[in-house]
Amino acid sequence: MHGLINCAIQDFARDSYGDATWAAIVRRAGLDFTSFEPMLTYDDGLTEQILAAVAAELGRRRSEVLEDIGHYLITHARVAPLRRLLRFGGVDFVDFLHTLDDLPDWARMAVDDLVLPGIALHSDGPDEYRLVLTGAPRGSGHAVVGMLRAMADDYGALVLLDYTASQDGIETVGIRLLDAAHAEGRRFSLAGGV
Amino acid sequence: MTMAYSDLLGRQVLDELCPLHVELGPDGVVRHAGPTFARLVPAPLGRRFSDMIAVQRPRAAPDMAALRRLAGVKLHLALHAPPKTSLKGVLVPLPDGGAVVNLSFGISVVDAVRDFALTAADFAATDLAIEMLYLIEAKSAAMAASRHLNQRLQGAKIAAEEQAYSDALTGMANRRALDRLFTRLQMAGTPFALMHLDLDYFKQVNDSAGHAAGDHVLRRVATVLTAAIRQGDAALRIGGDEFMLLLPGVIRPDRIADVALRIIARLEEPIPWDNRHLHISASAGSAVWYGETSLEQDRLVHTADLALYAAKRAGRGRHVLHRPQFVLPDGGPAKAVQAAE
Repeated sequence: MHGLINCAIQDFARDSYGDATWAAIVRRAGLDFTSFEPMLTYDDGLTEQILAAVAAELGRRRSEVLEDIGHYLITHARVAPLRRLLRFGGVDFVDFLHTLDDLPDWARMAVDDLVLPGIALHSDGPDEYRLVLTGAPRGSGHAVVGMLRAMADDYGALVLLDYTASQDGIETVGIRLLDAAHAEGRRFSLAGGV
Repeated sequence: MTMAYSDLLGRQVLDELCPLHVELGPDGVVRHAGPTFARLVPAPLGRRFSDMIAVQRPRAAPDMAALRRLAGVKLHLALHAPPKTSLKGVLVPLPDGGAVVNLSFGISVVDAVRDFALTAADFAATDLAIEMLYLIEAKSAAMAASRHLNQRLQGAKIAAEEQAYSDALTGMANRRALDRLFTRLQMAGTPFALMHLDLDYFKQVNDSAGHAAGDHVLRRVATVLTAAIRQGDAALRIGGDEFMLLLPGVIRPDRIADVALRIIARLEEPIPWDNRHLHISASAGSAVWYGETSLEQDRLVHTADLALYAAKRAGRGRHVLHRPQFVLPDGGPAKAVQAAE
C-alpha cells in the first residue's frame, strides 16, 4: 500500500486524538517504527493492521473510523493541499462529482505510483448519482462517504449519502443532491491559499 | 455600424473558445475583446492594441500593416502596465484589414491567476491551464514530501555515523574513527605524535568497587583527556581501558613527555565515589610520524604499542617514547626500552 494511505490514517489519529493515542495504536499494531513515510510503499497487510488497531484503540467500528478519515482528509489544515487538488476539478459540486471518474488519473498525475481503485459515476436522475468502487480495499466506500460529505460542505451543497456493499466486493455510494447552493461554501482560488 | 449576423456569431464562438482573444480594426484599435482579455486590460474597447500590449518577438513596428505580416507566427507579448504579464499569441488577419489576436499565458499562468484573480470560468473549458495549475501544485506537494523524507534520512545517516564512530559510555571517538583521523593527518602532511594510554589498577577498581565505579572512572578519564588536549588534537577510547591521543604538530620528545606526564599526574588524583576514593594511574607509549614518508598506520600503532609495553615493564605510571632512530637499524623492541624517560 502506498505510504500516503498509511500516512492518512496516522495523521488522522494524531491530529484527532493526540500523540499518546497514536503511540498506543502503534504498540497495539505491533509496528517496529513510530511513523509512516508518505513517499515509501508498505506491505498491504500493514494498512489493515493499523486500521484495526485504530478502531480497537478508539473503541469504534472500522466503518466509522474510515468515514472519519475521509472527512478529516478534506477538512484538516495539515492535509489542506488534498482539498485544493480536489477542488481544481470542478466549479460546483456536480461538476466535482463528474471529475471523480478521472480521479485515479488525476491522482497518478500527482504521484505516479499512487494507484487508486476504479471509480465510476452513474447518473440515475437529475439529482441522483451513484459512485461505484471496484477493486477497492474493503470499506473504502466509507472513506468516500466522509470525503463527499466534507466536499459537499466545501461547495455549500446539501446532499444525502448512503453506502451499500455487494457480495462481490463492489461498494456503492448513493448521492442525492437536495440543494446545490444550500450554503455559502468555502472559497477556492486557483492561485492558492484557500 | 451594423454587423452581419455571421460576424456576431463569430464573436460568440470566439468568446467561448478563446476568451483571451481580441479583435482589431484596420486602424489597430480594439473593436471587440473576449471576456478574459477584459479582465487583464479594463475597458479595452476603442483603445489601440499597441498602447496596451507590446510585441516583443519577433520585432515589429507598432502599426497594423507590420502586425498583420506576423500572421500565423508564434508571438511573444507582454502587457505594458504592471505586472507586465508575458503572453503568447497568434494573429489571424481579417479580410477588412483588421485582425484577431488570440492570447495565452504560457508558463506565466501561475502568476496570472494570482495577479488577476482568475477562476476556472476565465479559461476555455478545453484549456489545459487548470490541469497545469493542478500539476504544479501536486508536484510541489509531492516534492516537499520527498524533501522531508530526504532530510530525515540524512539526519538519521549522520546520527548513525556519529554513533558508529563514538563510544557510548564516554562520548569519545572510538577505534573506528582512527582511520579517518589518520587519513586526514596524512593528507594534510602534518607530523604528529600518537600516544597510547592504558589505565593502571583499573581492574582493581572494577573488582573492589563494581562496574558502576569502573564506568565512573572511565568517564573521569575521558574528562581529563579531553581537557588536556588542544583544538585539533584527538582523544579516543579504543578499548575497555585503553585510550589514544593524536597530537598534530607535537613531535619534540620533551613536549610529548610533558603532555603524557601531565595526564598521568591528573589521573593519579583520587577520584571521589560513593563516600570513598578510587585510585588509578596510567602507562603511556608514544610514537611519532614525521610526515616524511607515507604513513603506515598499522606500523605506527604497533610502535606506540611497543613503547607502551616498555612503559608497563618499567613500572606503572610512566611514559615511553618510541624513537625510530633506535629501532630502525636494529628493528627490535628491546631498543625502545632504552628510550625510556
